[in-house]
Amino acid sequence: MADNSADNLKQTPLFERHVAALGRMVPFGGYALPVQYPTGIMAEHKWTREQAGLFDVSHMGPAFLVLADPSGDTNADHATLSAIIEPLICADIAGLHPGQVRYTLLLNESGGVIDDLMVARSPATPGGLYLVVNAGTKEHDFALIEQAAGERARLIRADEDHALLALQGPEAVNVLSALVPQAADLGFMTHGAFAWGQEELLISRSGYTGEDGFEILVNNSGASELWDALLADARVRPIGLGARDSLRLEAGLPLYGHDLDETISPIEADLGFAVSKRRREAADFPGATRILAEREGQLSRKRVGLLVEGAPAREGAEILDGNGQPVGVVTSGGFAPSLGKAIALGFLPPALAAPGTRLQVSVRGRAQPAEVTSTPFVPHRYFRKSL
Amino acid sequence: MTTKFTQDHEYIRIEGSTGIVGITNYAQEQLGDIVFVELPAVGTVLKKGDEAAVVESVKAASEIYAPVSGEVVEVNSLLTDAPGTLNSDAENTGWMFKIAISEASEIEKLLDADGYAELTL
Repeated sequence: MADNSADNLKQTPLFERHVAALGRMVPFGGYALPVQYPTGIMAEHKWTREQAGLFDVSHMGPAFLVLADPSGDTNADHATLSAIIEPLICADIAGLHPGQVRYTLLLNESGGVIDDLMVARSPATPGGLYLVVNAGTKEHDFALIEQAAGERARLIRADEDHALLALQGPEAVNVLSALVPQAADLGFMTHGAFAWGQEELLISRSGYTGEDGFEILVNNSGASELWDALLADARVRPIGLGARDSLRLEAGLPLYGHDLDETISPIEADLGFAVSKRRREAADFPGATRILAEREGQLSRKRVGLLVEGAPAREGAEILDGNGQPVGVVTSGGFAPSLGKAIALGFLPPALAAPGTRLQVSVRGRAQPAEVTSTPFVPHRYFRKSL
Repeated sequence: MTTKFTQDHEYIRIEGSTGIVGITNYAQEQLGDIVFVELPAVGTVLKKGDEAAVVESVKAASEIYAPVSGEVVEVNSLLTDAPGTLNSDAENTGWMFKIAISEASEIEKLLDADGYAELTL
């Protein structure tokens, strides 16, 4: 488990930068990270939606999975590695082209989500995979992957000697391409290795704010310099964890440990897209029986978005029907700066999950009106390359 | 007219037998952007330390406690429409409610401005 006691907090390579920028440091996933800078969460949130926000996400778990004994044929090596990792997850990894990134889920035997993660077929490690898992779950995730790999493959953690930055927002592409021109050629959910001075940057066109943007892995040696270089652009401001959370909530994206856990299936979590067609047809992933049945409609609960009138309904708030009877629970909720009102994610029986369904939420014992709505709350603006 | 403070960062400005209650400038800075304020109903009888109001920032909800015992006689409805007033002017136009003080002796136990300043150093 993550240790959040102040004495044991880890620092990212950018700790000094956050302190110098007057970031309000808080414990998060075992690390000391800025929840906000002096301008505050609301301004940081809006800045990211309008310009470009720079986030330190070094607490997450980047890692490489490489064969212990590569053949030298990268296609064959990719196939061998895919066969090692696919039994843990529901994505078609074998079908990834070089440079492709996929959002997927680590599943337990009953089809519950152990974690959500990114898997890339990385040009930085030909025949290898690049993974990014969540901070709070990374030790457990890495142990599972190492166990599955056995003697056949090695997991090389990159979280101790690298920083991970996220540059998000409509101006992100213009800012980054001033430093790394070729990065602008990346399509959404693709990935590449790029030179920046003496540093090699692994850049994915991905993120968790609903905006176009990039996630950049950089060696500790170059982390502060890259941070400074990005912030030297007037379109970029540093953004803390507070706005990161409100941005991902508006984007309708689930957060592990809140909207996802080991009891919740991908179908319940409205992440059916993450269960690849090939894997569905083969029914060869953990919990396939449950997940495929749920996909056919045998579902007891479903993740929905809620527009809430009045005070924010936060995690744990009960969702009530018109008679005041509890019908579900809020798994994350708060205030949406872009909308100027309260929003929430939560789970409801499918019969009550249709957009437009009028319900209530209980906040401090008082019932407030709420309405089921489709997500995202704020439209995604990912970069879609025209072919 | 004197102003007193609690350890929990409420202030109470004493005007005769009425107190005007709000949160300090220090408190609003700590809370960050305030997006919702829940005020007590006029007529609510509070004991010192009772939960009187709730202030919500983007991140979290924080309870506001009654600094003294008494009856709520007026609330600042401006905050319902413009909760951000607490960020811009917490100690003046951002006052939260007025209370008819029932136990005047409780005032003496609150912090004065110097005592409060020491607390927030």
